[in-house]
Amino acid sequence: MTDMYRQLSGGGGGRLSFGGDEFIFVELSEEMRIQQALTIQTLARTLTAMNLPGVTDVCPSHASYMIRYIPERVNLPELLATLQGVHEEIVTGRPATINTRIVDVPVYYNDPWTREALMKFRDRHQDPGSTDIEYAARVNGFESIDELIAAHTRHPFLVTFMNFVPGNAESVQLVPRELQIEVPKYKSPRTETPSRAVGHGGAFTNIYPSAGAGGVQLLGRTPINVVDMTQTRADFRERPVLFPAGTLISFRAISEAEYFDIRAAVDADEYRVRVADIEFSVGKHLEDWETYNDELLEALR
Amino acid sequence: MMHIIMPGLQTLVQDSGRDGYYALGMPPAGALDQRSYTLGNMLVGNDPRAAGLEFAFMGPAIQFQSDTVIAVTGAEVTVLIDGEPQPMWASVPVKNGQTLSFGPMTRGSRGYIAVRGGVDVPKLSGSRSTYQTVQFGGHMGRALKPGDVLPIGTQIHSDDGHGDRIRELDPKYLPSLDASADLAVVTGLCNYRFTPESVQLFFESDFTVSHEANRTGYRLIGPALEFVERDVPFGAGSDPSNVVNLGYPLGSIQIPSGNEPICLLRDAVTGGGYVTFGTIISTDLDALAQLKTPDTVTFTSVSVTEAHAKRRHAHNELAQIAKSLKYPWVFGVERKETA
Repeated sequence: MTDMYRQLSGGGGGRLSFGGDEFIFVELSEEMRIQQALTIQTLARTLTAMNLPGVTDVCPSHASYMIRYIPERVNLPELLATLQGVHEEIVTGRPATINTRIVDVPVYYNDPWTREALMKFRDRHQDPGSTDIEYAARVNGFESIDELIAAHTRHPFLVTFMNFVPGNAESVQLVPRELQIEVPKYKSPRTETPSRAVGHGGAFTNIYPSAGAGGVQLLGRTPINVVDMTQTRADFRERPVLFPAGTLISFRAISEAEYFDIRAAVDADEYRVRVADIEFSVGKHLEDWETYNDELLEALR
Repeated sequence: MMHIIMPGLQTLVQDSGRDGYYALGMPPAGALDQRSYTLGNMLVGNDPRAAGLEFAFMGPAIQFQSDTVIAVTGAEVTVLIDGEPQPMWASVPVKNGQTLSFGPMTRGSRGYIAVRGGVDVPKLSGSRSTYQTVQFGGHMGRALKPGDVLPIGTQIHSDDGHGDRIRELDPKYLPSLDASADLAVVTGLCNYRFTPESVQLFFESDFTVSHEANRTGYRLIGPALEFVERDVPFGAGSDPSNVVNLGYPLGSIQIPSGNEPICLLRDAVTGGGYVTFGTIISTDLDALAQLKTPDTVTFTSVSVTEAHAKRRHAHNELAQIAKSLKYPWVFGVERKETA
């Protein structure tokens, strides 16, 4: 077991190991960092675009990435050498540009459906006397839930990992760590969550594509669908999920009336998600994230 | 057509799985015991990726509405056609109007029914397998119910000129179906989080399969493992077994709180925030899928080179079986590149 890990050189870290006979797993570090997450998105895009023979999946995550391959179609030493080369080049290279999209996500914060669900599981919560959004506001030092909503909608989020079930995208807000909203998960998971609930756990926001179990704090609900694996709805013709990794999300607070209007339009397949193609410059983000976020949000206006 | 009279405990349309969607959060699904499933297709002369039925613990009752050929593989179970016992691991002709049913399952936990032509449900994202978690694929995304009618397709191996011959597997190729299994594990992933003593303990211990053993994973009962001390990394969560959410390879073993390892199978979540210890090699997942509570599991550490040698050995054996059955096996056709 002494050769369980291989250290990829080139600064920035990179601990490579094998996930059985079909997977390669590379962890850049044990902690979440925005710049590192952007490096991983760049790496994943580069590796995907290379169409490496025998590689079936390239899966970027928050602080690591994973590759699945068919051993019979791959020369493993060659694949590892290619991977090492790309990894080192991107980890040490100049900040890249990511061709991606920014998506407008309307959210009815503090909505009655997530409130009804979460009230059933107060015994699994750190603070049974509050609702999830009240708790999230308080532990982050906000005076009110309105302040929390203002912070959540002020700057865009970057999707850094899709996992759990198809379409579930975990995203991190493009702000320095000290400004990130951070809240513990439930002590023990709920067995029930409404579909399209917007949740936040750790430093990550996600939208539950479908109803089911879940362990993060519920902030609200969006009227828009985030997945259509059959790709029959208009917003999903090109891709079955709304937010592949690397997508930017801008959350927007809406009223109950707007929620119902949008939901009705979605049900009739008449609503079109507001999306803009963007070139996300990692360099600009690193130079002046605040001004750059405003520039990015302009694309949706 | 296949008319489902009784569905059994849980009968699902499955195939070789839906590869290439890991990055969207979708696990491959597909038959849990891929070897038994593949042999079923060989016995009836199907395309190696043709869809069949997987049943757990109790088989279905199915009336056939056309003449066809079937083969039952996997767990040891009494196979009946119109009440008459039939061999497992062999092609069996069935006449229009006859009913396939099953007696008790005596060893193993999952049986497979291959029907010549395959089960003809719509192919979604390249596969006919059922992924129940989001009701996707298979027959309406769910387990079969009484009254369901499944069409039989044309998923026959294009080079198979011996489709109507009776094929029978040489008994030396039967799976062991023992109540204990030793599984090969490649360590890696977050293994560094465990103390060296705990890693050693893991490989020296017997684990018991718990009641929570299904298509998403098998939870095992064994000794508690200990973690190396650390400062909590940003975004990881405070429990020593928490990590910043990361990808879970198929077959990986996560160990929440150091207790009760969970071996992740073909319907598992594709990632999450629990520490992963290592990964069971793909060819050993077939044996795991035939276990049930309170069967036992031990683990043996292998290198990736040894894992690939074991995989080659398993593939070579399938090629030998194909030859013995006069089935036109093409090496590696069972997996498709989709990335």
